[in-house]
Amino acid sequence: MPELLRASLVLENGFSFDGYSFGYDKPVNGEVVFNTGMVGYPQTLTDPSYKEQILCLTYPLIGNYGVPGKKTKNGLIEHFESEKIQIKALLVSDYSFEYNHYDSVKSLQQWLKEEKIPAITGINTRELTQVLREKGVMLGKIVINGKGKNQKLSDPNKKNLVEKVSSDKVQEFGSGSKTIAVVDCGAKNNIIRSLIQRNVKVLRIPWNYDLFEKNESFDALFFSNGPGDPTLVKKTIDLAKKSMESNYPTLGICLGNQILALAAGAKTYKLKYGHRSQNQPCVLKGTKTCYITSQNHGFAVDSKSLPKNWNEWFYNANDNSNEGIKHKTKPFMSVQFHPEAMPGPFDANSLFDLMLKEVKK
Amino acid sequence: MKIKKVLLLGSGALKIGQAGEFDYSGSQALKALKEEKIETILINPNIATVQTTEGMADKIYFVPVNSFFVEKIIEKEKPEGILLAFGGQTALNCGVELFKKGILKKHNVKVLGTPVKAIMETEDRELFNKKLAEINVSVPKSIACNNKKEALNALKKIGFPVIVRAAYALGGQGSGKANSEKQFNEIIDKVFAHSPQVLVEEYLGGWKEIEYEVMRDSQDNCITVCNMENFDPMGIHTGESIVIAPSQTLTNEEYHSLREASIKIIRHLGIVGECNVQYALDPKSHDFKVIEVNARLSRSSALASKATGYPLAFIATKLALGKSLIDLPNSVTKKTTACFEPALDYCVLKIPRWDLQKFKKVSKSLGSEMKSVGEVMSIGRTFEEALQKALRMLDIGVPGLTWHRIKSLNSLEKELKQPTDKRIFAIEKAMRKGMDFEKIHKLSGINQWFLHKMKKIVDFEKVLLKTSIKKISKEQMLKAKQLGFSDEQISLNLKCSEKKVRKKRKKFKVIPVVKQIDTLAAEYPAQTNYLYLTYSENNDDISFNKKNHVIVLGSGPYRIGSSVEFDWCGVNAIKTLQKLGFYASMINFNPETVSTDYDECDRLYFEELSFERVLDIYEKENPFGLILSTGGQIPNNIAMKCREYGINVLGTSPESIDNAENRNKFSALCDSLGIDQPEWAELKATKDALKFAEKAGYPVLVRPSYVLSGAAMNVAFNEKELKQFLNEAVEISRDYPVIISKFIIGAKEIEIDAVANNGDLVLWAISEHVENAGVHSGDATLVLPAQRTYIETMRRVKQIATQLAKALNITGPFNVQMIAKRNEVKVIECNLRSSRSFPFVSKVFGQNFIEYAIKAITNHKFKKPEKSSLELDYVGVKAPQFSFSRLKGADPILSVEMASTGEVACLGKDLDDALLKSLISAGFKLPQKNGNVLISISGDETRYDFLDEIILLQKMGFKLFATESTHEFLTEQGIKSKLIFKAHEEKQPNVSNYLSDGRLELAIVLSDHLSKKELKDEYLIRRKAVDFGVPLITNLQLAQTIVSALNNRSLEDLEIMPWDHYLKNKG
Repeated sequence: MPELLRASLVLENGFSFDGYSFGYDKPVNGEVVFNTGMVGYPQTLTDPSYKEQILCLTYPLIGNYGVPGKKTKNGLIEHFESEKIQIKALLVSDYSFEYNHYDSVKSLQQWLKEEKIPAITGINTRELTQVLREKGVMLGKIVINGKGKNQKLSDPNKKNLVEKVSSDKVQEFGSGSKTIAVVDCGAKNNIIRSLIQRNVKVLRIPWNYDLFEKNESFDALFFSNGPGDPTLVKKTIDLAKKSMESNYPTLGICLGNQILALAAGAKTYKLKYGHRSQNQPCVLKGTKTCYITSQNHGFAVDSKSLPKNWNEWFYNANDNSNEGIKHKTKPFMSVQFHPEAMPGPFDANSLFDLMLKEVKK
Repeated sequence: MKIKKVLLLGSGALKIGQAGEFDYSGSQALKALKEEKIETILINPNIATVQTTEGMADKIYFVPVNSFFVEKIIEKEKPEGILLAFGGQTALNCGVELFKKGILKKHNVKVLGTPVKAIMETEDRELFNKKLAEINVSVPKSIACNNKKEALNALKKIGFPVIVRAAYALGGQGSGKANSEKQFNEIIDKVFAHSPQVLVEEYLGGWKEIEYEVMRDSQDNCITVCNMENFDPMGIHTGESIVIAPSQTLTNEEYHSLREASIKIIRHLGIVGECNVQYALDPKSHDFKVIEVNARLSRSSALASKATGYPLAFIATKLALGKSLIDLPNSVTKKTTACFEPALDYCVLKIPRWDLQKFKKVSKSLGSEMKSVGEVMSIGRTFEEALQKALRMLDIGVPGLTWHRIKSLNSLEKELKQPTDKRIFAIEKAMRKGMDFEKIHKLSGINQWFLHKMKKIVDFEKVLLKTSIKKISKEQMLKAKQLGFSDEQISLNLKCSEKKVRKKRKKFKVIPVVKQIDTLAAEYPAQTNYLYLTYSENNDDISFNKKNHVIVLGSGPYRIGSSVEFDWCGVNAIKTLQKLGFYASMINFNPETVSTDYDECDRLYFEELSFERVLDIYEKENPFGLILSTGGQIPNNIAMKCREYGINVLGTSPESIDNAENRNKFSALCDSLGIDQPEWAELKATKDALKFAEKAGYPVLVRPSYVLSGAAMNVAFNEKELKQFLNEAVEISRDYPVIISKFIIGAKEIEIDAVANNGDLVLWAISEHVENAGVHSGDATLVLPAQRTYIETMRRVKQIATQLAKALNITGPFNVQMIAKRNEVKVIECNLRSSRSFPFVSKVFGQNFIEYAIKAITNHKFKKPEKSSLELDYVGVKAPQFSFSRLKGADPILSVEMASTGEVACLGKDLDDALLKSLISAGFKLPQKNGNVLISISGDETRYDFLDEIILLQKMGFKLFATESTHEFLTEQGIKSKLIFKAHEEKQPNVSNYLSDGRLELAIVLSDHLSKKELKDEYLIRRKAVDFGVPLITNLQLAQTIVSALNNRSLEDLEIMPWDHYLKNKG
C-alpha cells in the first residue's frame, strides 16, 4: 500500500472527519450526502443527480470489484450511468486497494485519479451519517494534507445544476414507431436503455430545448432525473406545462416527478437528508402493493399541495413522503423513485411498460 | 375462517445439519402467534430448547415428530392450522407425510404459509427443475434417478465429475463428488439407503456460491432480506463454508440479477413466508445456476436474521397468517415498515465449528456433506476485524488468524486443495511462508479478494514484529485493532504480556466503540439494543451506566458437549433477572441461539466471550455484576481473570470455581470432607504415568485438566495404550498437566444437578445413567428420577452434594458426577455452573432450576421448594442423538469421549414408556415383532450378561441372526439362531448385504472392551448399520433396557400426553 496523504472532511458546522486521501489530491467542497446502498459504486458515482455533492457511502467496504472497462452499446456506455464520475468527492470507511472481478480493468482509486475526483478512506462514515441524519444535509469541504482549509463553501442548491449535467445537443437512440422525447435534466443512461429495450425511439433533448417551437415530431415527453432544486429549472417546468396543455403523454422520474408536480401547480420542498439508497419501500396508493426501489433525491413533492385533478400515485412506506403522482384522467404520471434501478433493484421496472402503455394507446 | 389454534412442529434433537437455529425460528414463531392471541400447541422432544420452556406454547408435547404421534395429537387437540416451516427438515418431511396420508385433510387442518405443493416442488428435484424451467431460470444439469440403473445412465449423459445427492435430505446427507465409476457406485448405494431418490448432477466446483433470503406475503410483495457469499467456493457445502454477508465480490448487476431471480422463483413457487435460494455464480461470466431452494426457515435464515437484525421467522409467521409486509413494523426502528431490505454498514462472517477430533476414524476432509456441529458469527467494520473475531469465537484456542499453533494435517498444498477444517490456517501459513499468491488462489479456488484481506493481516504482523511494546505508535496499535488483532496476539508479536498491551492501548485511548445493528445503516434513528464493538469509529451509539445492570455470559458455539441446553440456561437467567427488576444484558455470538435474539434481553452484545472483550464491555457498562454460571465452560474459564481485574462475579466466587476446577485443590477438599474419589494423580511425564498405572492397576482413565466434553479423554487398558493416549492428551493442552485416574469397571454413574444458596442446598435432582460408567455422561441415557439406584446410594449422593455446597460456599447452580458400586459412592467431577442436564431436570420436575439459581445469585428471597415436589410418579428419560450417519467412516461406538450432537427427552408413565418415546425421537425405528435381529457379541462374560434378553427376544418372535462365535454360544445355550457371516468372510448369508438390503431391523453389537481398539469386523458391522439406517445398539445395559421395554410395550401402547398433564398429576 502506497503512503497516503492525510485528508479530512470539514462540515459547515465545524465537525471534522479524518482519513486518508486515496483519490485525486485536490481540495473541493459541496453538499455532503450519504447513500446506504451496498453495491453498485460505478453506477452511483456516475449518476448525474449527484452533481456537486460529496458522497458518503455507508457500506464500509468499497472498491472490492474494481471498475469495469468502457464499452458502448446502442450509443450508451455500459455499466455507467453517464460518461464520467459526477460526484464531487467520495467518502468511505475502508477502501479496498485490492480488487477482483473478471470484468474490471482498473481499481476505483485509479478511476478516481483519472477523473480527478478526491476520495477519503478511513472516515467514520456511520458517525457522519448520524450527524447528517440529525442535523440535515449540510455543506462540507475536503481538506487534503492541510490544503483547502480556507475554501469558501458555496451552496449548490442555489445554482441551476441541471444546466451543468444536461446534454447540449439532441441525440437519438433506438428505434420504434413511437418517439419519446426524454428531457435530459441529468438523465441516467438506464432510463434511455429501459425505454429503447421496449422498442421505442428516444430523442434525448437538452433541459431547455423547446420541442414545440422546434416542431419536432414526438409522441410523449419524459422528464428525467437530475440534481438540485427543481424550482430552479423554470424552462423545463414550462415545457412540462406545455406538454400537458397539449395533452401529450407526460411522464417523469425523480426530478421529473417534481417538475410535473410544479407544472401542475403543486409544491416541492427539501427533505432533511433525502432518500439515497436501494431499499426504499414505495406503496401503490390504495393497494397493498409495495415496490422496493432505488432512490436518489434531496427534494420531494408535497402531496398535500396537489391540485384536485391529480392523485398521489405512490407513497413511501417509511416516512409517507410522496413517491409518485398521476393525473386523474389524462396520461400524466411520474414517480419519485428509479424504476430503471442501476444501481438497485429492478422490481419497479414494469412501470416503464405501464407508462409506455399510455404512449402506445 | 379465523385461525384460533395452531400446531407447530419442532425439529427434535440437534444433529449435524439441523441444529439450534430451529429453536430460534420456532421460538419466534410462537412469539408471533402469541401476539396474535392464537392458541399454540408445540410438538418437540428436544427438552433442552427454549421453545419448550413453560409459557412459550400453550401446550407442549415431548414426543417424536412423526406422522404417527402428530396424528394422535391432531385428533386430541383439533388445531385449525399447522406450521411446517419452523422445524427444519424434520417438520417439513413430517408435514409432507401428513399431507400425503390425507391426515391433514381428514382432520381439517390448514397448512399455514407456504402450501405443501410448493414444498414438494422444492424437495423433489425433478419437479423443481421443471418448475424453474418454466420461468427460464437455469439449474445445474441434474437427473433424478429412482434406481441404480437410472443413475448409471444419468452419469453417461452428464460425464465426470458429477455430484451425487439425495432428494429429501437435510444438509446433503450421503452426497458426494465422484470422479470415477467406483466412487460413483459407492456413493449411490449409500444415498439410496437414506433416500428413495438420487440426483446425479453437473459439478460446479470453483463457482461462487451465493445465497439469498427471500420473503413473500400473500399480497405478492417480495423482499430479499439478505444475501450472503461463501468464502469457500462451490464444492464445499454451505454449512461447511465460511460465509460473509453481504456479498463482497458481486457487482450491482450480479447482486441484483440474482436478487431478481430469487423473487421470480418465490413468486412462481407460490411460497408465502420465507425461503432461501442458493446459487452458483460463474466467476468468469454472468452465468448462474440455482442450486437449491429451501421452502422453510433454515440455518441460513437464522444467520441472515442475526446478520441484519431482521426477524425472519417472526415475520414469516405473520405472513403465514395472511398479514401483509407493509402492515408489519420494522421491529428495530419501530418507526419504519417491515417491507424493506436491510442496509448493513458492517460485515458479518460465519465460520463453522467442527469437532472432528471427537469422532474415531472419521474423514477430516470437507466436501458436499455437512460435518460441522455449530457455528459462530462475528460483526466488524472491516473484513479483517470480522475474520479474526470469528476465529477466536470458535473456542479452539487460537488468538486470531496468526499465532494459532495449529499443525495442519496434510502438506500445505494438499490442505489448500483438499480442505479440512484447518484450511484457513493453512492459507495463513502458506502466506507466511511466501507461497505465490496466485498459487494459493488456484489451489483453493478462493476469490483473490478474500485472500488479499487475509494477506493484509499476515503482512501487518511483520510491522508488529519489528516494533516493541515501548516503541509501538498509537497509529500502529489502532491499525492492529482495526485489523482484528487481539491483545494476546499483539502481545505475542511484541513479546510482552497481554496485560501490558491492554495498558498501553488504553493509554493511547485505542478503545473499541459500541455500535448498533439498526437495519438501515443509520438512515433512521433506531432504539435498538442489538450491539457489537468495533475499532473503526470513535463514538458509541449508546449511553451506559444503567442501574441494576447484570450481564450474563452466553455459551458460545455449539459443539460436542455444549449446545442448546446452555442457551436455555442463559435465556432463563435473563428472563429471571428481568422479572426481579434487573436490567439484563447478554454477551454471546452464536447465530443459532435464542439468547442472541435481541428481543430476549435488555442489551445484546453480539460479541466475543474472550476475557479482553468481556472486560471492554464491563468497563463501558460498569454493571452491577456478571453471571458466569449459566453459560457452560467458556465463561467459567475466565472466572479467575475476572477476580484479578476486580470484576464483580455474582454467585459462587471465582476462588471456589477454581477450587472445583483445579484437581489438586478439589481432591484435597474431598479428602478433608471424607468424600471418596477414584485414585488419581496429576502427572507431567510419561514415566510417572506408567508408574502410577502399574500401582493403581489398569484400566486407567487419562485426561487433561479443564475438560468439558471429554476431549482427549481415554481409557487405557494396558501400558501400550497408555503411552499412545498420553501423546494425544499432552498435545492438546501443553499448559495443563495430565490427570490419570483408576477406571472402575461395572460401576453405575449418577449425576446430581443442584442449586445452592450461601452453601445451603436448595434444590436438587438425582439422575442415573442406564449405561455403566465408561460412557460419557453426554452420550448416556439419563433416567430421572433414578429407578434402579439404591436408596442408600441416593442418600449418600445428596449428602456429598450438601457437603460440597457448604465447603465451596456455593451460590447458584452446580452439578456433581459420581460413580457408585455397591453403595460406595465416588466423585468424578464437580462443576460450579449449570450443566447440560439443567433443562432436563427442570422440565421433568416442573421446577425451573435456573430461576432458583438466579434468585440465589442476586440475593433475592425465595421459598425452598417443598420436598414433595421432587417426588414424581412418572419418569423422564433423556436419550442422546448421534450424527454418525453424516460422518463418513466414524466408528459409532460409545466411549468416554462424547460423540452425540444432541439429545431428546420424553416423559412417560414408567421407564419403558419414556425410554421408547425418547429412542424414537432420536431416530430409533422400533423393530417389527417378527423382524430379523442381528446379535454379535464379543466376550463370554457379555454373552452371559445378555442371555436373558436374547431369550426374551426369541420369545417375542424376533428371528435371530448371529455372527460366528455368538452363534456357537447361542447354539450351546439351545437358542435357535441363523449363522450370518462377517463382511470379510465373503460367504452368504453375509451381514454386509443383509444390512445394505434392509433385511435386518435391529443390530445389537456388543464388545467387552472399552478401548478404542476394536476389531475391524465389528467396526464394519457398526458402520454399515449406520450407513444403511439400521438401528444399532452397542452398549450392554442399554440393550438390556431396550429389550425389556420392547417386551413390555408396543408403539400403540405409548402414552401421548402434554407436559402439563404430568406436572398436574405430580406425586
